[in-house]
Amino acid sequence: MVDGKKVIEVLRAIGVKIEEQKEYLTELDQPIGDSDHGINLARGFHAVGEKLPTVEDKDIGTILKTVGMALVSTVGGASGPLYGSAYMKMGMALAGKTELDMNDFLKGMDTAVEAVMQRGKAVAEEATMLDAMIPAVAAMKEAVAAGAEAKAVLDAGCKASWAGAEHTKDLVATKGRASYVGERGLGHQDPGATSFSYMLECVKDSL
Amino acid sequence: MKKFINAVDQVENEMIQGMVKAYPKHLRKLDCGNVVVRAEKKEGKVALISGGGSGHEPAHGGFVGEGMLDAAVAGAVFTSPTPDQVYEGIKAIATDKGVLMVVKNYTGDVMNFEMAAEMAEMEGITVKQVVTNDDVAVDGSLYTVGRRGVAGTVFVHKIAGALAETGADLDAVQAVAQKVIDNVRTMGAAIAPCTVPAAGKPGFELNDNEMEVGIGIHGEPGTHKEAMRPADEVVDLLLDKILADIDYAGSEVAVLINGSGATPLMELFIINNHVADVLAAKGIKVYRTLVGEYMTSIEMQGFSISLLRLDEEMKALLDAKADAPAWKE
Repeated sequence: MVDGKKVIEVLRAIGVKIEEQKEYLTELDQPIGDSDHGINLARGFHAVGEKLPTVEDKDIGTILKTVGMALVSTVGGASGPLYGSAYMKMGMALAGKTELDMNDFLKGMDTAVEAVMQRGKAVAEEATMLDAMIPAVAAMKEAVAAGAEAKAVLDAGCKASWAGAEHTKDLVATKGRASYVGERGLGHQDPGATSFSYMLECVKDSL
Repeated sequence: MKKFINAVDQVENEMIQGMVKAYPKHLRKLDCGNVVVRAEKKEGKVALISGGGSGHEPAHGGFVGEGMLDAAVAGAVFTSPTPDQVYEGIKAIATDKGVLMVVKNYTGDVMNFEMAAEMAEMEGITVKQVVTNDDVAVDGSLYTVGRRGVAGTVFVHKIAGALAETGADLDAVQAVAQKVIDNVRTMGAAIAPCTVPAAGKPGFELNDNEMEVGIGIHGEPGTHKEAMRPADEVVDLLLDKILADIDYAGSEVAVLINGSGATPLMELFIINNHVADVLAAKGIKVYRTLVGEYMTSIEMQGFSISLLRLDEEMKALLDAKADAPAWKE
C-alpha cells in the first residue's frame, strides 16, 4: 500500500527527473516540433513542487487533482492540457483515497489514458505519449494477473513504456505538431512518450 | 545566445508590460497574467479574443483595439497560453452578445482554448470559435491535424473585428471569420532560424546555402530544405502552391508579405515586387497590399506570402476603421 506521503515523494522525484532531462526532452522536440517540451514540463513541475506543501495532509485524489490543475495552468502547449487532464482525471478516479493498492493505481492509470485520448482526440500508433502509456498499462495488468509483486509489475510497465517510446520512431505522427513533418518524423522518438516513461520510472524507483 | 533581455523567465511578462506602456490609450494588462484587453471595454458587441505563444509580436496584443480584437492572450514563447489565462481574458471582455475565439490550428492552442471555453460556458458565457488554417505548406489530409494557422490569421482579426464593431451578432461574426479562413492561403520560407530564449539555441539548423521551405511560425520544419535561390524564384515556389490551392482566377485579392522578424523591409519589398508582377500576369487584381511584420517568429530570417480572395463584404470590412497599435485604418 502507498499513502499520500509516498505519492508526494514520487511527484517530487518526477519534478527532479524532468528537470534533469529538460534539455534531452527539448532536443527530442526539435526535429519534429518546436523545441519546448522539456522547458514547458519543467516549468509545470516546478509549479507542482510549490503546490505540494499545501496538500500534504489531503487525500490522494486531491493531491493528484492539484497537480493536474497546476500543470494545466502553467505548462501550455499540448502537453499542458494532456498531462493536466491525465492527473486531474486520475485524481477524480481516486477521490477520497488515503492509500492505494496496485488495483487502485492501475485504475488511475486507465483513467489517465482515457483522459489523454479524449483531450487529444488520439488513439494508439499515432506517435504520441499514448504509445508509451497504453502498452505500459497493458504490461502492468498482465504482470498483476500473473501474480507479480509490485516492483516487478512496475518493472514490466517501464520496459513496455520505453519500448513504446522507442516504437514511436517507426511511426508517422498524425496528431500534434509532429504530424506536420510527416515522414520526416520517422526515426525520431516522441518527446511525450519519453517524458511519460520517465514519470513511470519514478514510480518504480519509489518502491 | 545574445538577446536584449534581462532574464529568460521574465521575457513574456516584460514584453507585455512594455507593450502596454507604449500604447496606454489602447491597451490594458490584466493583473492575473499576460492578458491584454482594450483600455476601455466596449459593450453591446461580440467580443473577439485571440492569442498564442509569445514571440509573434506585434501579434497578438498589437491587434487589440477598435475594429479588431478585444483581448489577446500571450503564452510563453511559442507555447500556447494556458486555459486559465484564456478564461480570464474571456471573462474580462464578455458581453451579452457573446465571445468569438480566433484560434490558430495548432494542437496545443486548440486544446487550451477549448478548455477555456468549457470553463466560460460553465459561467454562462456564450463562446464560439473559429480555427484558422491558412498554411498550404503542410498536408491538409486526414493524416495530420490539418493545416497550421499562420499569418493569414491577421485578416480574420481585421475583418471579423470590423464586423463585430458594428454590433453584428455572434453567428454573423463567426460566419465572416470563417469566410476569411476559407479564402486565405499562406506559405513561407526561412533562411536563418530563431532562438527561443528559454532554449538558448536555435530551433533548427540551416547551412549557409540552404533555405527551409514551408516553415511554420515557430521555426518548426516545413516541407523540405533546398539550396538558396534568387528571391523571384522563391516567390514562384511559394506562389505556385498558394495559387494551386484555391482558384484565384479573375478575383481581387489582399496580399500580405509578412516578415518573420529579421527580414528587412528592403527584402520584403523585393519579394512584393515579384508577387505583384506574377499576380498581374495571371489576371489576379491586387486590391490591397500589406508589407511588414504582422506575425513574426522572434528573429527568424524569413517571410510568408498570404493571399486573401475578397468579395465586396470583405473589402469593405478590410477598409473599415481600425485603431489598434499594429493596425490603423
